[in-house]
Amino acid sequence: METTHKPARPWGVALFYLAFMAATVGGFWAIHWKMEVASEHGKGVDNMILFLLIATGVMFVAGHAVTAWFLVGSRREGSFRAPSPRAEWTATLVPILIVVIAAEAGVLTIGMPVWAQIAANDPDAVRIRIVGKQFEWVAHYCGPDGKWSEYDPKEVDGALNPIGIKDADYSDDIVAPGVIIVPLGRTVQIQIRSMDVLHSFTVPMWRTKQDAVPGMPTRTQVKPTREGTYEVVCAEICGLGHYKMRAFVAVVPEAEFKTAMESQDDYDALVEKLKKSGRFKVARPE
Amino acid sequence: MTMDHAHAPPSFWSRYIFSQDHKVIGIQYLVTAMVMGIVGAGLSVWFRVQLAWPGTAGLSPEQYLSFVTMHGTIMIFFVVSLALSSGFANFLVPLQVGARDMAYPFLNMLSYWTVVPACLLMLASFFVQGGAAGGGWTAYPPLSVIAPFGMTMWLLAMALFIASFTMSSLNVVTTIFNLRARGMTLMRMPLTAWSYLVASVIGLLSFPALTAAAIMLLLDRHGGTSFYMPAGLVVSGKPLSYAGGTPLLFQHLFWFLGHPEVYVLVLPAIGIAFDVIAANTRRPPHGYRISVYALIVIAVLGMIVWGHHMFTSGMNPYLGKYFTVATLTITFPFAALGVNLVASLWKAKLRINTAMLFALGLISAIGTGGLGGLYLGNAAADIHFHDSYFVVGHFHLMIGVVTMLGTFAAIYHWFPKMFGRRMNEPLGRVHFWGTIVPAMLIFTLMHFQGLGGMMRRYYENTQVYVQPVQGLNPVISILAMVAFAAQILFFVNFFSSIFRGAKSEENPWQATTLEWSAPSPPPHLNWPGELPEAPRDPYVYGTEGETDFQPQWAEPQKATK
Repeated sequence: METTHKPARPWGVALFYLAFMAATVGGFWAIHWKMEVASEHGKGVDNMILFLLIATGVMFVAGHAVTAWFLVGSRREGSFRAPSPRAEWTATLVPILIVVIAAEAGVLTIGMPVWAQIAANDPDAVRIRIVGKQFEWVAHYCGPDGKWSEYDPKEVDGALNPIGIKDADYSDDIVAPGVIIVPLGRTVQIQIRSMDVLHSFTVPMWRTKQDAVPGMPTRTQVKPTREGTYEVVCAEICGLGHYKMRAFVAVVPEAEFKTAMESQDDYDALVEKLKKSGRFKVARPE
Repeated sequence: MTMDHAHAPPSFWSRYIFSQDHKVIGIQYLVTAMVMGIVGAGLSVWFRVQLAWPGTAGLSPEQYLSFVTMHGTIMIFFVVSLALSSGFANFLVPLQVGARDMAYPFLNMLSYWTVVPACLLMLASFFVQGGAAGGGWTAYPPLSVIAPFGMTMWLLAMALFIASFTMSSLNVVTTIFNLRARGMTLMRMPLTAWSYLVASVIGLLSFPALTAAAIMLLLDRHGGTSFYMPAGLVVSGKPLSYAGGTPLLFQHLFWFLGHPEVYVLVLPAIGIAFDVIAANTRRPPHGYRISVYALIVIAVLGMIVWGHHMFTSGMNPYLGKYFTVATLTITFPFAALGVNLVASLWKAKLRINTAMLFALGLISAIGTGGLGGLYLGNAAADIHFHDSYFVVGHFHLMIGVVTMLGTFAAIYHWFPKMFGRRMNEPLGRVHFWGTIVPAMLIFTLMHFQGLGGMMRRYYENTQVYVQPVQGLNPVISILAMVAFAAQILFFVNFFSSIFRGAKSEENPWQATTLEWSAPSPPPHLNWPGELPEAPRDPYVYGTEGETDFQPQWAEPQKATK
């Protein structure tokens, strides 16, 4: 019978384990994956990710190294002497306790405060609305009177009234497809709506992502920490133009923002000015 | 059942086509999954061309989304589910627990012949006006409600699939609870049988939610209802007349199935890895009892954490907190399985064959993919990763790579039992290396793309911020082609070995579990004489004496204390 075989030493598999481990760890230096972060909670999200990278990185390296070592370095010749059930439980429980503690402790101490920050409802926040539709993002501001006009789906009219503002001719609301202006250093509460299907309002450099759900306004908070222009994309499949559903947020000093909020014309003028001054440029990766 | 009337059915049709024999049905499932696998994987290679070299694949944005959607649907439900969950469950469970067949052979035949029209309907949907469904395999409304007719075919095919899967799971559960051989207590079942029991129970509990979701979606499309559709929708400038529903309802129902489905697919692969590793390390798996408990805990926790797919969906942030903490507790049983797999290699008397190679590769995939889960189950980190390529890389590692490696390990390991012949070993090894190296690299690189913020389901990635990681796309696409080409070796090996493989004896791997006591291939009703009994634990390896193992079925030897 073949069962008296010499134990194999699978160097190939062990080397694969080590090479895959080294390649993955090396990838963090070889690949340009880091992104600029331009919001307050974004730093918290990045801290959470950094914690996980270190914690899981240690487990990943340890797991692969131990497996490789078991494969080539811990053979036996004779019969197998089973460890006691107690030793078996210990051998399993100790590593997994470390994993669980790393996972839960990280999220409770670093993650949950960030989560609360995004979900908070700051009474002093600047409030803006974003409306998603196939395939564009439209910013909606309440204008100088501080009141939002209502929406009426029947009044949607192409570029003239893209989100269907009721009695648009008598409203001082500001509607801006494609360009979202927000003040630097202020907490901004973004209320997100959708007119047709699901979208997801995503500003990667803010680490902001919140679905736009038809029939159910959602909200998220952000405090921009850097002036500049950032890309807005859609993260929820919304049809054939999903990949090009794009907009920009322009973070400007608060005074400039206040001027833009005076009327639709002031808003459009600021957009023009930003474009001409060259500040209306997409933030480049570092 | 006695052997007096145990002769095999006489005609070709009742023997191989409309068979009620669990082994034939298992192989039917397996071959069907292979055919669907060529389509599903082929789609991915095709749309990977578009991602690497935009414009050269001849795909429009609509077609691209159809391909992505159908790739996901076909691979999850019509390849991995068919091959691993239904196929090997059928083939292995009765043999491993010592039963003559499944509890309900006719229901079993029905389950296979229900999934065949489901496959055909799914494939036919490519050729209707508007093309196949293109709203993602998750089919979120309202997009799926306003989509062209391909979506209806997708829903009907899914309904047939669910019906089939339900019949198949019922059979597995009933067989395990009612038809175990004498001595085969639950805690003497091999881990493969345990994983099928747990996976089937999870499937039975969670699939009804998807059935309900699909029926309501069909009614929203064709029945004038508004389960998922709120008032005030304007599509292409035209107001729609729906009112009163919410898209979030569908997401909850979908993920109430969708998350447990992950375990339906992954657990059998893990169970198989334990069996293959035990036979080839010549020692019992580390912590059998712990692994069984872990499987059960995963089943319970897996049912109550679906919301981690919906952190950004707009559900209440307190729910997000709950789902974060609950999800991360799954780390506990899941890490137990991973640690036990690794620890099973300690003090091994290793024998390397193709099945063992695939099982060893699976451990790395589980570790790598599992650790990625810690990022996605964490609501704060998930804000960055949600719907990015990090998710794509993660779930492909878990329900793509782990399951496929498990399936291949199973095929190479149990092929002798299926056909009485062995598969070609050198060809198998080339297939292994041609699969594992590109597969692990592809999906690890996708994690980096996700870190760099690259979004999934994008026809093109022209955003400025994403350019640094977009450059990885050609590399990934080429690796995908290599992995696809390597499967040709498998097909050649599989089909030529059925006829020309080296003849195999009953128990070629000197394994302990009951299926190896039957002839290879087992006759109709599995054992020619009396049913075997299981007087001892499933993995008595590494013993002293003439042979280094004691099969589960042999008369117990006197203890030599």
